[in-house]
Amino acid sequence: MADVSFDANIAAPAVQSSTDESAPVRIALIALTVFVLALFLVVPLVSIFVQALAMGIGPALSTFRDPEAISAILLTLLVAAIAVPCNLLFGIAAAWAIAKYRFPGRAFLVTLIDLPFSVSPVVAGLVYVLLLGPFTPIGAWLLEDYGVRIIFAVPGVVLATIFVTFPFIARELIPLMQDQGTGDEEAALSLGASGWQTFRHVTLPNVKWALLYGVLLCNARAMGEFGAVAVISGKLRGETVTMPLQIELYYQEFRALAQVSAFSMAAVLAGLALVTLAIKTWLEWRYADQLAATRAGH
Amino acid sequence: MARFRFRQPSIVPGFGLTFGFTVFYLSLIVLIPIAGLFIKTFELDWASFQRIVTGPRFLAALRLSFGASLLAALFNVVVGVLIAWVLVRYRFFARKLLDAIIDLPFALPTAVAGIALTSLYVPSGWIGQLFSPYGITIAYTPVGIWIALVFIGLPFVVRTVQPVLEDFNREVEEAAATLGAPRRTTILRVVAPPLIPAVLTGFSLAFARAVGEYGSVIFIAGNIPRQTEILPLLIVFRLEEREYAAAAAIAAVMLSVSFLILLTINLIQVWSDRRFGNG
Repeated sequence: MADVSFDANIAAPAVQSSTDESAPVRIALIALTVFVLALFLVVPLVSIFVQALAMGIGPALSTFRDPEAISAILLTLLVAAIAVPCNLLFGIAAAWAIAKYRFPGRAFLVTLIDLPFSVSPVVAGLVYVLLLGPFTPIGAWLLEDYGVRIIFAVPGVVLATIFVTFPFIARELIPLMQDQGTGDEEAALSLGASGWQTFRHVTLPNVKWALLYGVLLCNARAMGEFGAVAVISGKLRGETVTMPLQIELYYQEFRALAQVSAFSMAAVLAGLALVTLAIKTWLEWRYADQLAATRAGH
Repeated sequence: MARFRFRQPSIVPGFGLTFGFTVFYLSLIVLIPIAGLFIKTFELDWASFQRIVTGPRFLAALRLSFGASLLAALFNVVVGVLIAWVLVRYRFFARKLLDAIIDLPFALPTAVAGIALTSLYVPSGWIGQLFSPYGITIAYTPVGIWIALVFIGLPFVVRTVQPVLEDFNREVEEAAATLGAPRRTTILRVVAPPLIPAVLTGFSLAFARAVGEYGSVIFIAGNIPRQTEILPLLIVFRLEEREYAAAAAIAAVMLSVSFLILLTINLIQVWSDRRFGNG
């Protein structure tokens, strides 16, 4: 701990011995941070790629010729392609209603929108099983009258994914659009623009980077969701198994080659996570002023 | 007769459409399914509900889930404040890279984290083999669960404390120093108090996430009943046994706790806005 050099501060304000830690303390704290982050984040990340390549590049790549793996990848892409646009549409509508108008209960509505983040993924899957499972009135009616299966089928996987990624885009847009107010829209409307023109040419350009940011995070979670999908999918191989579920199936096989397959599939998702982080960091650096101020808690 | 207005008048069009769609979609996806869960719980009579929530297997899972989550969140508070401080106050090589990688647990799918951590901490793994000569096993014990929960909760405290530290007015610290306060006093009496709401919020978020966490935990947990079985896993087992009402009862207990945590976070926010001002 630096001693208090009262006089030094008056004579030369550049010397900040009393508002900074001493060099040894500083170095120790930096070293501790680097150690913790390396141990908890970097080592696990590196180990995924190392284990994917444990038997060389050939066996790692052979994973992606397995029909089950291909079907898992296609299903994951399909689920994200449905869930993300649904939540995008919702996010824009919710942000418009909450940010552009004043009505009682707005704060409560925002809390409700955030609700899925505080629900366990397993519970998220469970609520749909209890509501739409084949043993429930709605589930039985859909199955018998229309032959539509939701639970232990692809629609259930999509529903569970929509639930867990529900708030991502809305919570990026709401604070930003609240900050921006309605001045720009009012100007456009008073100059004769229609509501739709105002949205397309005034509102959308104002929020496009925040929109991309939300879509990015929503997509990463949609492709990586495990708990909610595990409960609802029934894990029918080649049918309702997404990439994270396929990783579990490979991992449980205990054959050396299956282990390589599990980590190869994991490496693809880890790669997606790294790309997501890279774009996210770039957006935060380049367009910090056009993103919402709050960053915590996904 | 004065017409009741739900919202204040505005010339911006589209309120009916967007508000209607928001409430409709929110109800359909979130509110009705969650309400359905509580209704399902009421199918149980009081005696069966009591039997489920006082059974030894449930109580063991409850203790483990909340205990491990609490310890992980506390560890994340200490480490998170430290990391936030280092990232905001010091300039060093690769700082930006470290800052970016903090969010890895948010971006990395939980199943991927789960198998990676497990393979590291099994006795033959990179880290596990450092401990196995001393007879310490980490994977398939509560310590392994704690490690997975630390991993997934790590970003929360960092990301809540970091912006507060960045906005912190350093002149206040200089004022304390010129008034003769030693650095330790300045940190404890001047820097720390405004951080408290952010730390509490980060703690609550990390804790809530840890209690519900499934994917990263089940691989490393070992899942032995009454020893390393977490609450979400117990729900999955009840579901597989087609004990739907029992699964719903456990989920209802977990949801109620989540709501309490959510309420706490909101109250902290209100308190901190009042105490320290907004922005």
